[in-house]
Amino acid sequence: MIDHLPPLLIAVPILSALLILLVGWYDRRFCYPISLITILLQFGAAIAILVEVMREGTVRYHLGGWAPPLGIELVIDSFNSYILAVILFLSVATVVYARRSVEKEIDPEKRVSFYVLFQLLVTGLAGMTITGDIFNLYVFLEISSIATYALIASARRPRSYVASFNYLVLGSIAAGFILLGIGNLYVATGTLNMADLAVLLPASYGLATVHTAFLFLLIGFSIKVAFFPLHLWLPDAYTEAPSAVTVLISTVMAKVSVYALFRIVFTVFTTAYVIDTFPVTGFILFIATVAVIAGAILAIAQNDLKRMLAYSSISQIGYIMFALGVANQIALEGGLLHILGHAVMKGCLFMVAGLIIYRMGTSRFSDLKGIAKTMPISCAAFALAGASMIGIPPTIGFASKYYLVLGALEAGQWIYAAVFLLGSLLAAGYIWRFIEIAYFGDHHAEDRRQAPAREGPVSMLVPMVGLALLCLFLGVFVEVVMEAVRPAAMLLLGGA
Amino acid sequence: MRENVVIRTVSRIAVPFIQVFALYVIVHGALGAGGGFQGGVVFAASFILMTVAFGLTSVRKRLSNKWIVVYSVLGITIYAGIGLLCLLMGGNYLEYGVIETILGIPHLHGYLLDAVEIGIGITVMAVMTSIICDMADKGGESS
Repeated sequence: MIDHLPPLLIAVPILSALLILLVGWYDRRFCYPISLITILLQFGAAIAILVEVMREGTVRYHLGGWAPPLGIELVIDSFNSYILAVILFLSVATVVYARRSVEKEIDPEKRVSFYVLFQLLVTGLAGMTITGDIFNLYVFLEISSIATYALIASARRPRSYVASFNYLVLGSIAAGFILLGIGNLYVATGTLNMADLAVLLPASYGLATVHTAFLFLLIGFSIKVAFFPLHLWLPDAYTEAPSAVTVLISTVMAKVSVYALFRIVFTVFTTAYVIDTFPVTGFILFIATVAVIAGAILAIAQNDLKRMLAYSSISQIGYIMFALGVANQIALEGGLLHILGHAVMKGCLFMVAGLIIYRMGTSRFSDLKGIAKTMPISCAAFALAGASMIGIPPTIGFASKYYLVLGALEAGQWIYAAVFLLGSLLAAGYIWRFIEIAYFGDHHAEDRRQAPAREGPVSMLVPMVGLALLCLFLGVFVEVVMEAVRPAAMLLLGGA
Repeated sequence: MRENVVIRTVSRIAVPFIQVFALYVIVHGALGAGGGFQGGVVFAASFILMTVAFGLTSVRKRLSNKWIVVYSVLGITIYAGIGLLCLLMGGNYLEYGVIETILGIPHLHGYLLDAVEIGIGITVMAVMTSIICDMADKGGESS
């Protein structure tokens, strides 16, 4: 049975997405349980695959029994089994969180389609993660993107329509770049299988077609991950989407796009290409450092909690791209660790923001003065995840930044390491801003009695607190995670 | 809508041919250019032509929203069902040859391939039509 898990991971959820649609016609209340069960099953399957990969090595699955260069192949190695487990874990947390949040934010008659799209998004992202075929990757990318456009607009406010349309345009441009890049690779080699491409490409490294393909793919995925100068869709999309959707796209979708970029750069094109033939890592390192600083400064300048966290995401994507720029073992370990770490802490922070919106109806800083008195658990979770975002020692954020800086120092990039640490200091700036407002913000407004806001429902508190504690536990037991991260980083650099 | 005899007559004649052609494209997918997706789009095009010529209500009468949902689920169920059947028979996902060997019916894998294409075609037709219906709608209740 375990051999057949990879295709089931995609086929069953697609079926269940449409089952949600059908059952939703009969009774809307059945939609949520189906969605929850499906994502739990997917998570179970992802864990089973992760264990299998760590024990037996790479799992390959030939769809329809057709051998790779001809047929589509699902490949799960130590890199994407780790990513798969991370994204499905966060999907589980999000879907638990989503139920009450959706009841508040989505019109009843739109909930059916909301869960269908939610399910399709998770499935598309899981598909992107496990496929070994570059065109298949594009198909799943489009499935997840289209689901995202609709989900962002599902808040049904004028501003969310604009945000969604904005993302639709930029996302389509990105998809166009990616498709052109894939087309060029196909022209140069005549294959779409990633492993096959990696074998055939070195012969044509000198071709302009291949350089163009690389640049197109790099630009396309940079838009998708919101890498600094191409991030323009992100702040609006994250701010205007319903809370549950923000949590999902900021944690899961962003991470899968990063995965796809890493996969293209390191597996399809190898380190030999990006360092020697077409030296681009230095440039990426520079832009990544700019992204870290610029994202943090823009985050400090915001006066809305959700928007601030959105800009912070741009800064954090810079950290992960920093690993790509340094491209040595230790930095990549840090980068992969940061994929997990950032997913967990940003998921928690957006959950807090969602909970505050759930209770207060707003996330503007001016309305949140002294909110720690009415929502102590949420603010504590924010403080914990925020500490991780800054990189205070026992948390996961510290561990990943430690490895990143260590990697940069090993590569002799002293200046970048220093600027990188400055970025962490700026992170302290924007995280502290909310902490100050939440805990000490009501000195001058003692008499202003606000509506009696309380903590949110338990089903929203549990995943939020869980993720906050996870920031701490993962940081303390970082060696357990490194067991999965180390072989993945090694694999990316072309080692065993 | 203003009556237009030419458009209505031409559409009335063209629609059955478009639909037959769509079926041809779907079934032909196993052997050459074509397949469920293309055929499904062509089939949906016939409904789009009907929407243009006769208005949305007459299309809704023939293909209500409820049936669109049923069709889209039915199609994907055929596709995934056959894929899972192959798994149960001990092959890989969508490896039709296994079923043929076990049941001993010659050319069965070809029929199964057609069945999968038909499944895809039904879903694509339903989803395409629903997109057009939603766009032609005035933005009211549409779920």
